[in-house]
Amino acid sequence: MTSLPDLNQKIQSAAKRLLAEGKAEVVIGCRQGTTPMTVAPIFCRTEDDCNQLIWSNFAKINLATYLPKYPGKVAIIAKGCDARSAVGQVVEKQIERENLYIVGVACGGLVDVEQIQAREPRPIRAAEEDWATIKLSGDGWSSSLPKEDVLRRNCKTCVSRTPEGVADELIGEPTEALPADDYADLKALAGQSLEEKMAYFKGLVKNCLRCYACRNACPLCYCPVCFVDETRPQWLGKSQDEMDTFTFHLLRAFHCSGRCTSCGGCEAACPMDIKLREFNRLLDEEVQKDWNYLPGLSWDQTPPLTTYRPDDEADFIK
Amino acid sequence: MSEFEPKIVAFFCNWCTYGAADLAGVSRLDYPPNFRVVRLPCTGRLNPKYILEAFKRGADGVWISGCHPGDCHYIAGNYHARRKFMLLHHMLEAVGLEPGRLHFSWISSAEANKFQEIAREVVEKVRACGPNVNFRKAELDLGLPEVA
Repeated sequence: MTSLPDLNQKIQSAAKRLLAEGKAEVVIGCRQGTTPMTVAPIFCRTEDDCNQLIWSNFAKINLATYLPKYPGKVAIIAKGCDARSAVGQVVEKQIERENLYIVGVACGGLVDVEQIQAREPRPIRAAEEDWATIKLSGDGWSSSLPKEDVLRRNCKTCVSRTPEGVADELIGEPTEALPADDYADLKALAGQSLEEKMAYFKGLVKNCLRCYACRNACPLCYCPVCFVDETRPQWLGKSQDEMDTFTFHLLRAFHCSGRCTSCGGCEAACPMDIKLREFNRLLDEEVQKDWNYLPGLSWDQTPPLTTYRPDDEADFIK
Repeated sequence: MSEFEPKIVAFFCNWCTYGAADLAGVSRLDYPPNFRVVRLPCTGRLNPKYILEAFKRGADGVWISGCHPGDCHYIAGNYHARRKFMLLHHMLEAVGLEPGRLHFSWISSAEANKFQEIAREVVEKVRACGPNVNFRKAELDLGLPEVA
């Protein structure tokens, strides 16, 4: 497996080449954050910028979120999920294919900082990483964790770790796709009583502050005016009413149906640690069952809600 | 205390079910008066947030009805709507909405009898669910009326 420093080197030289050749005016990637276990997005226009580019197990942001904001030629250093979201934006005509250059990086899954902090309650001053381990250290101690133990939930069922097929070039050795989500927990939940289902889903969002960080982090949420900000009529009240919050989560998930690439950006952005993807998974399961559709895997896909089949089965309609 | 009378918000397509409701009236067919009808140009115009808004403002049930598949005035509006309904129906039941609260049907403007039959069925099913407690807002925002 390519070591992380080697991988970073390759990413940086690819970015410099793209800028020099004029294939991109800006290269979007990740750089080290200012605190341990964080990364920040970086928008590279010079060689110096490019030297900061890294691949990290902590790169929880989906960089495709920034693409619709750049009208010119853009290159993106993309993990599997970033690349799928970028393809989705081309399919949805938010960006032009010829303005986009995808530098695909094979991904081995990302780690969940909350899980690390739960296992290591001491203040963490520094974190080192390679493909398989996270080394943590603090005042007078150090420890290491196998990455597999603290993988993000969505990374455990990733079907597109390597952005093969859509990337313009690929860096790193391709990693195996994992078995897809079997939705076993949601299927089990479906058999329970209405009260239990409602308690589960309302319980998930009971701490929601409606800060909309999930929306801002989401590569699908590019609407100029979001329904939560509409005022005439106002679809969502501004108070902390339980039903307003619940409606927000239902509609947010609905707007992402058939488009979500399970990048986990929403959950990673959430300050209250809400399992937002449970709502998305409800719909993903249905989209896959009804139309066998996975978004972001090819340039000529038709999103399921923009089309129809005359024989779509909906036996609940009288 | 009087018997519970459900309030139902009905979204009817202008070309089919709204016509069926009209025909049912003109034909003197009895059906329960529990609906507040919102006329849409097409079921394809229905945004899922309308349904949630109705429940939030105190509707006990929502009924959406349009043209039969293949008969859409706009060729494919109801086909597109059907895909949205499939997801929405699945999602709302998965999060604990009683199956009897949300109804969908295809009723053409000639089917006054089907309209009468389904109107009765919808009201009875919503009545059986009782008042909507779980999907309504505890306190409505200033200036927003409850479903009358």
